[in-house]
Amino acid sequence: METLNFDYPVSGKVPHRAQVGVVGSGDLEILLEPSPDPQAHVRIRTSVEGFGTTWKAVLDQFFARYPAAAAIEINDFGATPGTVALRLGQAAEVSKS
Amino acid sequence: MNPSETFELSPEVVALGTRRSYIELGARDRARQLLDPGTFRELLGPFDRLESPWLPMQGIVPQSDDGCVVAKGAIGGKPAVAIALEGKFQGGSIGEVCGMKIATALHLARTDNEKGITTGAVLSVESGGVRLQEANMGELVLAEIYAEIVALRLHAPVIAVVAGMTGAFGGMSLATALCSHVVMTRQARLSMNGPEVIELEAGVEELDARDKPFIWSLCGGAQRFATGFADRLVEDDAAQVSAAVVDLLRQGVPEVFRTSMIDLFLSRLAALDTGRQWTPGDIRETWAKGGAR
Repeated sequence: METLNFDYPVSGKVPHRAQVGVVGSGDLEILLEPSPDPQAHVRIRTSVEGFGTTWKAVLDQFFARYPAAAAIEINDFGATPGTVALRLGQAAEVSKS
Repeated sequence: MNPSETFELSPEVVALGTRRSYIELGARDRARQLLDPGTFRELLGPFDRLESPWLPMQGIVPQSDDGCVVAKGAIGGKPAVAIALEGKFQGGSIGEVCGMKIATALHLARTDNEKGITTGAVLSVESGGVRLQEANMGELVLAEIYAEIVALRLHAPVIAVVAGMTGAFGGMSLATALCSHVVMTRQARLSMNGPEVIELEAGVEELDARDKPFIWSLCGGAQRFATGFADRLVEDDAAQVSAAVVDLLRQGVPEVFRTSMIDLFLSRLAALDTGRQWTPGDIRETWAKGGAR
């Protein structure tokens, strides 16, 4: 297991907290809620080690489209970058309602 | 072929198109499905972050709810607690945290009953049994779960729903058997030892764990229902599962619990001639006659 942390200088509002996904094979769980400061913080715990640059690329892309000051926790069980991107989009969508 | 020809779809095929699968729902959506619309209130949800402290120590990623969703609400207009295990997280295995969530929820339901507020419980089981990474605590908390089921079922029905695709094995097969009523789908399995374990212990000649039709013929929902170990056999349809639960809760506390029918089950076992090979069909024919209920 590897723990990764990323911060993004974005300040958009997060309307509600959201939980999506499951820590099952090839999937991941995301907890998304308003950040305590005007920045986005992402903490990732992943079962697959050595993919820090891939995580950063997926998150860079996500925050380019969703510039919100979110505190995000990811519990990953070997999801592909595509699945991660879809789950992040789903969490952002769920947090609107 | 005449292009204007129309096809009549059979009612079964039409039903397939409109049915909402229960099996495909995650644990949280299952608990929500079992409770009356708008009454779902989760206790110790993901943002309470009561996760397993033991899994990260062993290099395993935990889940924010430890694979167990507990929700208070109403079923058929009456107070109820819905507990759902997530089979996709660590095989629905019972660790210290998720096990304690189940035991405490059942305990609180009993406390309410003792105060005169009749509160039933539904347990949506998907579990391979004790979580090996927290084995001792898992075993201890299973004992608490059993004690709470046995105490609560005297006051109000405790209903197990085993829908699949994980099924109910090991310690949670015993918890299922202790419940007042058991609802299964054809896809679900209920068995103390899983097929892989039996193959490992007794050899592939005794049981081939890859032979899925054979495995389901032994411990699948249809066989368990036919031999009196399950009370309802439903399609993989969220509405049917809910309807069965509502109906069984309405029936109230059964006169005789399955786990009290010791003489019946002992006599069934005693009557089995172990000199011949019994098939699932033979067992169904022989045991269905006596009927567990």
